[in-house]
Order: sequence, then structure tokens, then C-alpha cells
Amino acid sequence: MGTFTSPILNYAMLAPILVVLAGAVVGVLIEAFAPRKSRASSQLALSVFTLVIALAALVRTRGTYSSKAAMNSVTFDGAGYLLQMAILIIAIIAILLLADSDKFAAAPTAAPGSDEEREAQAANIRITEVYPLTLFAIAGMLLFTVASDLITLFVALEVLSLPLYLMAGLARRRRLASQEAALKYFLLGAFASAFFLFGVAYLYGYSNSITFSGIAAAITGGTANDVFLLVGISFVSVGLLFKVSAVPFHSWSPDVYQGSPTAVTAFMAAATKVAAFGAMLRIFYVAFAGDVWQWRPMLTAIALITMVFGSLVAISQRDVKRMLAYSSIAHAGFLLSGVIALNKSGLDATIFYLFAYGVATVGAFAIVSLINDSSGEVTDLNRWAGLGKRSPWIAIAFSFLLLAFAGIPLTSGFVGKFSIFSAAYESGNTAILITGVLSSAIAAFFYIRVVVLMFFKDPVEDGTSVVIPSIYTRITILVSLAITLILGVFPAPVLDYISQTAFFLR
Amino acid sequence: MVTSSSLVYLIGLPLFGAVFLLLIGRKADKWGHLLATAMSAGSFVLGLLHFFAMTNRSTEDRAITQTLFTWIEVGTFKVDAALLLDQLSICFVLLISGVGTLIHIYSISYMSHDENRRRFFAYLNLFIAAMLLLVLGNSYLNLYVGWEGVGLASYLLIGFWNKKPAYATASKKAFVMNRIGDMGLSFAIMIAFATMGTVSFEGVKESVDRVGTPALTAMGIMLLIAAAGKSAQFPLQAWLGDAMAGPTPVSALIHAATMVTAGVYLIVRSNFVFDAAPTAQLLVVIVGAITLIFGAIIGMAKDDIKKALAASTMSQIGYMIVGAGLGPAGYAFAIMHLLAHGFFKAGMFLGAGSVMHGMNDEVNMRKYGGLRKAMPITFITFGLGYLAIIGVPPFAGFYSKDEIIATAFNSGGAQGIILGSITLLGAVITAFYMTRVMVLTFTSKARWDAGVHPHESPALMWLPMAILAIGSVTAGYLFTQGEALVHWLSPLFAKKEEYEELLPHSVVSILAISAVIIGVSIALAKYQFRPVAAIAPTDVSFATRLARNDLGQDVVNEAIFMRPGQGLTQGLVVMDEKVIDGAVRGIGAMAVGSGATLRRTQSGYVRSYAALILVGALVLLAGIWVVTQ
Repeated sequence: MGTFTSPILNYAMLAPILVVLAGAVVGVLIEAFAPRKSRASSQLALSVFTLVIALAALVRTRGTYSSKAAMNSVTFDGAGYLLQMAILIIAIIAILLLADSDKFAAAPTAAPGSDEEREAQAANIRITEVYPLTLFAIAGMLLFTVASDLITLFVALEVLSLPLYLMAGLARRRRLASQEAALKYFLLGAFASAFFLFGVAYLYGYSNSITFSGIAAAITGGTANDVFLLVGISFVSVGLLFKVSAVPFHSWSPDVYQGSPTAVTAFMAAATKVAAFGAMLRIFYVAFAGDVWQWRPMLTAIALITMVFGSLVAISQRDVKRMLAYSSIAHAGFLLSGVIALNKSGLDATIFYLFAYGVATVGAFAIVSLINDSSGEVTDLNRWAGLGKRSPWIAIAFSFLLLAFAGIPLTSGFVGKFSIFSAAYESGNTAILITGVLSSAIAAFFYIRVVVLMFFKDPVEDGTSVVIPSIYTRITILVSLAITLILGVFPAPVLDYISQTAFFLR
Repeated sequence: MVTSSSLVYLIGLPLFGAVFLLLIGRKADKWGHLLATAMSAGSFVLGLLHFFAMTNRSTEDRAITQTLFTWIEVGTFKVDAALLLDQLSICFVLLISGVGTLIHIYSISYMSHDENRRRFFAYLNLFIAAMLLLVLGNSYLNLYVGWEGVGLASYLLIGFWNKKPAYATASKKAFVMNRIGDMGLSFAIMIAFATMGTVSFEGVKESVDRVGTPALTAMGIMLLIAAAGKSAQFPLQAWLGDAMAGPTPVSALIHAATMVTAGVYLIVRSNFVFDAAPTAQLLVVIVGAITLIFGAIIGMAKDDIKKALAASTMSQIGYMIVGAGLGPAGYAFAIMHLLAHGFFKAGMFLGAGSVMHGMNDEVNMRKYGGLRKAMPITFITFGLGYLAIIGVPPFAGFYSKDEIIATAFNSGGAQGIILGSITLLGAVITAFYMTRVMVLTFTSKARWDAGVHPHESPALMWLPMAILAIGSVTAGYLFTQGEALVHWLSPLFAKKEEYEELLPHSVVSILAISAVIIGVSIALAKYQFRPVAAIAPTDVSFATRLARNDLGQDVVNEAIFMRPGQGLTQGLVVMDEKVIDGAVRGIGAMAVGSGATLRRTQSGYVRSYAALILVGALVLLAGIWVVTQ
């Protein structure tokens, strides 16, 4: 039996994660003890406060990172810093959307259509558990991007996933669809986690180590059993590809995006993607880099299929949330090309793209939540016709974000696509480049179709209307528009900052 | 003391005025014009401060730059949004903001009955800002932004009264023809980028030696096309006459004093390119010489006072282009003529506006006559401009035109003799048609329509005219006093080569003055001492008819560009509908179809999703296996 060394925790570096976790715990206490009336406002204030403090704590670590902590289970480096910052910024603007509490179920545990639910609705009960859940998920995401051993990575994956499963089932309207989404997400997520864990076991078997650096060293050494490595990489990839909804592990995302409350979808679509791609970047750039010739062809194939599939299927969607879901699948394909590039510019481009895409996504879903009729949100695209005539500002804002998704110049999307495809080109991957540009063209078709629908079709008189956005939603939309525009017009400072900062400590 | 960090306010003030007035809307109707005028005046004052600061610096330190931000950075290629104020740009800054401010003041009264006066002033400010950016940009790319900006402002202002379809068409015509020139500029920038890897003036100047003559010639020709488009030079001259549809202050500011001279600025600014590309330089001279005569001939036949003045502008810019094409010997004189022209032509346009104001917006000079008594101030100010443009000593035009004629004669060999003769002939015709304008408007017998009661314009209108007239009288003397302007500008250009004078300067002056006398005498004989028909006679010679129709420029354009263009577009439409649309529809249908097919994989059942994940994982594994083996 060896001597026990107490771990060095490096609290300053862990502070952002710890702050968010503490905020979540306080949120649970508020849920338990605070009077129902004051809960909504205090939870919102607490969450925003927590996130801002976490962001401040993160910024304080600026320049002092490049260290490992907690027995090398987490690594703080430039890339982790940037990814955590992206997650926190996106979380701050996304959490404001939760303030529209009438979007959430009054009694989430009650069976849809039951008396219990009706009573709760009649009593106008507003639930607020969603705030601490979100904070727990954010903590998981923050950890996910800096985890540098497989166990910590798995724990972080579960910490971020479990709250999301619950949050997906909280929609007030269309309760059945929402609960179905939650259940599907949970079942498939568990399935994918099993693959992930299976892969982890094989990687440990291969390298006799659970840390990324240990795996990297084993690959460089090259004496171990390659089959173990191969199974390990494949199955760990499955778990991660599931989270980023790459084809063929994507099927949950349209159903879940559609069924979840839109505010949750916004958060999930944006922040989860950053976290999952962050983890993926780290594991592929740090642990698997030495084995690139083995995994690159398969990952390239997945990226290609994902881009094309997402873009093609999005065309035939009639529901705006499903369309955005497929668009996010296509974007996952574009982002994968940055992972595959496996060079510095690929890393920079992916981080920029993640941030730009995440921010625009939050804004887009925020706008979706504004289009309502008497029975809740209207997500049927046909009923969005003529929106430009009725609410020009909302329509212009939505169009702008769609153009950003499509990658039209003067939006952040253009800069993101440009840099990520040039990174792919730099790594010699012309297949990605060509397919990427072609599927961007296909994707532009369905984005612009929505723009045409909003501005050049006559409105249908069917009670669809735009609710006046609350101040919080308004902030979310404006911030996301502003960032999308600024990153499109003056990307240089941010790009420079990323390229100076982003690196992985191996 | 002003520093380079305040350069941005030169542009910033009028830009702010434009944006503010456009955004704030009708609320500003009462005071918007005052704000706009103040902004323009602010730019002028700042420009003056910079001018004095510049004169206090030694010759090497006169140019200052202000870097605003890095605009484009791709690899080693970097373009800063930076402003450069040197001896050349300060001349333009003062001209643009000075004449601009006077015209703002004039417009307060001229546009006082227009309900959209605020919008008009916003556009004027926009123009000033864009034009200042054009002359202050330190690279071709920054210049290009201003170049497009003035094009936009010009388009908006020509079509300001767009309720009349003819005016809207005129603005569209100007826009389209300018586009050809703009294309030339963008090609020039591309050539600079491709062969030199830089687009800043500084960088191009330094790279000229490294680059072969063919590339420089190509770049020079493209720059010439750009200049021809913006400055209404042959063969892109047709839009200027129609541009007179805009309100008269606009014609004075944009289509006489400033924007149309941007082409001259471009060529003079690119002197290092043209000095190294003799073919392009020769083309510049040819274009200038053709336009000089072309415009003058059109000017003889026009009865519309503004169109006559527009033709004259075209011809005078021809002089400047000839000067600019004569290389280091002529650059400074081109600029001198440009500045002098800015004064007297703006003044004459304002005079024309004043006449129209008093004559119920009549523009036909055959309906004028005898306005000398009715509008004495307009007569005097217009008259001083007239003396300046035809080149009577000691007015501005005499000095500047004289120098260009002398330089043309001395450019050597047959070229010198031909060019000199053309510029002299131009002087004769100029004297003729300007005297015709003068006589028809002011000194012949009145031929007014019934119910017209001409009256002098208010002080707000005649004051700017008077100031410009003073400029027309004194500018030439000031510029040539001790060769002030030539010395001021000379550090920017290559050294003049020593040349043998074909004709001594005094002989040239005598020739020029004789030319003026001949032109004036013919015009007096024809119009002053004979009655003028109030309706233009129709039984005129073919030559006159041709000149009245702008020497067939529209016919030529229609035959060469418009009809083949229409044919081409019709062909393309068919091609587009049958071939491309067919293909696109096919691909679109394929995409939609495959999308719909793929969508079926989305059954909604968790079990099939899970199966898909399982299959995917196995395929992934198998794939990596295959790659590994």
C-alpha cells in the first residue's frame, strides 16, 4: 500500500465551477425554504449573480492558467479558459429567457391531462426548479471542457446531462410531447453514455492510464494492443458525437428540440454544443492526436454525412424548431471539420465558431418564443408567413440571425465558416472543404426560404401574434444580435485574442 | 495646434450630420439645415487649422496620417483604415468643405420651399463626408469607399425630385455609367494587389520599380477608366448632362466643383503609376483632349443653361485631364485649374440657380435676356466667373489654362503641336459658348414668357455667389504668385524633366488671349448684335443638330451597349430559364426529395433511434478497423 498524497486542488482555477455549483445548491435551498411568491425573482437574480461571479472568477485566472489541478484530473489552459468563457457568456444571455416562467409546466410531475395538473394550472403555480437545474448543467459543462481524465470527463458528462433530461420535460403546453422528449433524451443519452463508458474501459485497458496525457504517451509508445485503442476511440467518440448530434447519432435532437420548452432548447442547443465540442477538441487534440491517421478518415466521413444530411433534411421541415434542430446538426458537421483539422487554426476556428453559433442560436430561439397564439408558441413555419409585415423588427432580427447561420458576410457566421473551412483546407482536407461549401449553399436555401416567407408572403389571419418581449428576452435578443453583428464586422480583435490564447496543455 | 488625431473629425462631422438628420426624421425639419451647414463649416474650419499647421511644418513633415483601425488583415496583406493629409489632399479638403459650406448656405434659401429640405441637407452632408474620405484615404481601397460613397450621394441627389420619372431615370443613368468607371477602379485595385501585394499609395509607389510595365500600363488604363466614369470623360461622358436634373446647388457642388474632379485627383494621386507607364499616360492625354473639344462643341449648341454649363464642365475637366496626362510638368497645373474651376464653375452654377429662381424655374436661355438690370448682383458674380473661365487676365482661368496650354505645346514633337493646337482651339470655343450664355441670359433683349417677373435672389443666395466670385478673381493670382501652388505640390511628384520650350511663355499667353478675343467676337456678332429667336430654330445645319443631340452620345451608347446588352440579357434570360433554372429546379427537387426521403429515418420511435446509434457505432468501429488494416 502506497502513501496517500493529498491532492492539490488549486481553488483559484476551480473557482468558476465551484461558484456555479454553490449557486445551484443555494438555489435548491431557496426552492425548499423561500416563500413561493418571491422564488421566481430571487432565483433569477441568484442565477445571474452566480454566473457573473463565475465569469469574474474565470477572468481572474487570466494569464495564470496552464496548470493541472486535482490530481491532474482537470487541466487549465488557454483553450479551456476560452471555452469556459464562451459557456458562461452564452449561459448568462440564455438564462434570462427562463424568466418567462409561464412557459414552464405548473406541475411537471403530474401526468399530462390529469386533475392534479389542472389544479396546479388553475392555481397559477409557477415552478422555478429550472434555475438550479440549469446551474448544475452549467457546472457540468464547465468541468466537461477542462476535464483531462476519462473518469472526470464521464462525471462531467453526467452532471451536465441529467439536469438537461429533466429540463426537457418542463414545457407547459404540449405536455405529452415534452415528456416524450425528456424520456427519449434520457434513454438515448443513457445508451450513448454506456458506449462512452465502454470505450473508457478499453482505453484504460490499452494504456493502463485514464489521463489524456497517459493515453497520448501510450499511443506514442505504440507497444500496446491496437484493437483496444481502436474500440476505445470508436466508442468514446460515439458518446461525444451523440452529444453534438452528429449523424447517425443525431436522431434525438429534432424531437428534443421540438418538445422542450423553447428557453431550454436555446440553452441546450447553444451551451451543450460548446461544452461537447470543447471536450471533443481536448480529447482528440491531446489524447488521440498521435493516432490521427486511424480516426481521421472515419471522422471525416461522419462530418461529411452530418453536413449533407442536416442541410438536406432541414429543407423539408415545416416546424421552425425542427428546422433549427437540423440546422444545428449541419453546424455540428461544420464544427467537426475543425476538430478533424487537428491544427492550431482548426482549434482557433472551432472556438470562434462555437461562440458565434451559440450566441446566434440563443437569439434565434428567443425570437421563436415570441411568436404565439392563444394555445402557446406557433412553430409551424406556414403561420410565420408575412411576419415581416406585422412585426418588421422581429422579422428583421430573425432574418439577420438566419443569415448568420447561413454564413452571409457581415455576420459572425461568415467569419466562422470562413475560418473553419480555411483550417480544413490548411490540413489538406479538400473533401471537407468542398462538401462544406456545397452544404452551406443547400443550407442557405432553407434559411433564406424562411426570410422570403416572412417578408414576401401575405400574412395569414389566424390569431398568430407576436407577444411583446419581456425586458429579459429583449436583452437576450439584443445582446445576441449585437455580438453576431460585431463578430461579423470587426472579428479581428476576437480572432486575434483567440489565436493568442487558445492552446492545449498536454 | 491640431494634430493628426483630429483628421477623423473632418469626415466625422458631416457624417454625423447626415446620419443624425436621416435618423431623427421630421422632428428636425425646422433646424436640420442649420445643423448640416454647421457640420460642413466645422469641417472647413478644421481643414483651415490643418492647413496653417501644415504650412508651419517643414516640407518633409507636411504629410500626416491617422490610423483609425485595421480594416482587413489576411496573412501578410493588411489594410488599415487610415487617413492621409498631405499637400494634395489639403487642397481638396479646403475646396470641398469651403465650397461645400457656401453651397449649404445657398441651399438654405434655395430649398426653403421644399418639404424634404432636411433630407436634402442630410444627403449634402453625406456627400461632403464621402468626398472627404475619398481624398483623405491613404490607400486605393479607402479611396474606393469614398468613391462609392460620393456615387451614392450623387445618385440620391440627382434623383432627389424622383417624383418626375425623367429625373429618376437620369439618376439611374448616372449610376449605371458610373458603375463602369467603378469597375475600372476595382480592377486597378486588384491589379495592384495581385502584382504588388499592397493597395496603399505609399506601398504602390515603392513597388512601381519592381513591377513590369505591362502590369503598370494595365493598372493605369483601369485607373483612367475609373477617372473617365467619375469625371464624365470620353467615352463615359453621357451621364453628366442628365445629372442636371438634380437641384441646382447639387449641380454646383457635385457635378461641377468637386465630385466630377475626383478623376483628376485619382490620376494625379497615382502619378507614380502613370510616370512609369507611358502608354497609359498617352491615353490619358488623348481622352482629355477628345473630351475637351467634345464638351466644348456640345456647349455651343445647348439652350438649357444648366446643360450648357455641364458641357463646359466636361470640357474644362478635359483640360485638367490633359494637364494630368502631361506628367510631372502638368500635375500641378491640373490641380491649379481644378481649384480655380471649383470656384468659378460653382459660382456660375449658383448664378444659374439664381436666374432660374427668378424666372419660375425656366432653364431655356432663349426665354431669358436682359437680366442684367433685373438681377444685377447675379449678373456681376456670374460675369466674373465668365471672365475667369474664358481666361481673361488676371482672372483665375487665365493663369491655370495658360499654363496647361503652354505645357501642352512644350510636351515635345508632333504631340506638342497637336495638343497645343487642340487646347488653343478649345479656348476659342470656350470663349464662344460662354459668351453665348452670357449674352443670351443677361445682355440681349428680354424674351420672357408672359407672367415672369425676374427679381434678385435673397442675400443668403447671392452672398455665397459673391464669395465664390472673389475666389474666381483672386485665386489664379494667388496660386501663381511666386509659383506658390507648384512649389507647394512639387514634393509629391517626380522631378520635372528639363525640356526645350517650343514657344516662349509670352507667346503662348498672346495666343491664348487672341483665342479668347476670336471666340468672344464671333459670339457677340452672332447673338448680341442680332435678334435671338425665343424658340430654337429647327432648320439648322446637320452639325448643329448633332451638337444639340450631344454629338450622338446616347445614340452611340444605345447602339453599342444598350441594344446588344438587351439582346444579351434576353439571351441570358432564356438560357437562365431553360438551362440554369432547369438544373437548379432539378437539383432543388432532388434536394427536397432526398430530404423528404431521409426524413423518414426520423420515425419518432426510441427503439429505432437506438438501433441507429448501435449501427452507427458498429460502422464507426468497422470503418476504423478497415483503415487500420
